[in-house]
Amino acid sequence: MTKNLLSSAVFAGLIAGLFAALLQFVFVIPLLLEGELYETGARVHFAIEGTTQSIKEAPAIGADWSRHLMTIGFNIVTYTGYGLLMVAAMGFARERFGATLSAKTGLIWGLCGFIAVQLAPALGLPPELPGTIAAELTPRQIWWSGTILSTAAGLAIIAFAGELWKQVFGLALVLLPHFIGAPHLDTYYGIAPPELAAEFTTASLGTAAVGWTILGYVCAYFLVRGEDT
Amino acid sequence: MTTNTTTFAAVRSNTAAFVLAMTVGVVLLTVSGMAQATVLHDAAHDQRHAMAFPCH
Repeated sequence: MTKNLLSSAVFAGLIAGLFAALLQFVFVIPLLLEGELYETGARVHFAIEGTTQSIKEAPAIGADWSRHLMTIGFNIVTYTGYGLLMVAAMGFARERFGATLSAKTGLIWGLCGFIAVQLAPALGLPPELPGTIAAELTPRQIWWSGTILSTAAGLAIIAFAGELWKQVFGLALVLLPHFIGAPHLDTYYGIAPPELAAEFTTASLGTAAVGWTILGYVCAYFLVRGEDT
Repeated sequence: MTTNTTTFAAVRSNTAAFVLAMTVGVVLLTVSGMAQATVLHDAAHDQRHAMAFPCH
């Protein structure tokens, strides 16, 4: 079982991480590089001859391949990490609650993982362009981790607890972090065009949604396959 | 199909497997998303932004 869990997560992390990195290079990294132009002051918004217009043009990818290779590598590490948590949760849910597991139900696991780990925290702490000034790090990390745990626990209760009052409690757990609220500053500091930051946020969430769906599918596929052989 | 006895034995060892998988997972995520060491932070920078880790 241990070997099956670990190997399933590693295969899934490799596949989902590579796929997510590929999508990031098409949709996210160009926006990130463009954001860095504002972070470093190479471009300045709101200040060019008194107009509020800035040229829209992302730097080309490929100037620094060691940097891009690191991005691919760490995507694999991250998705393997999330994959390990997912296969453990899948195995536990099947053992404890009789959840049926297949590549198809893995899609739902992946989407719920996306909701818990990417979408719910993004409500309070949207994915940030480089150069974004935000509240102090530690409180943000605490709210981020707490939101993931609370959302994941809430979704699990909704999925696996039979009784309505428990499911209502699960829903409350999902909503709770947002009523507490994420740590925010009292002022806006935006240095990049708002359109660029918005595009970055939605592109980041969109690619993560694909990565997580693949992760769930592949985790379940290999978990079930490993037991059959 | 397994018998009840072997299922019970498997359940006991599986808990350790789940805990192990989760622990390794959290360690990997700490490295790729949370750790503040400069070398790690710079190497993981683009990925951390793309995956929305609160990292700086």
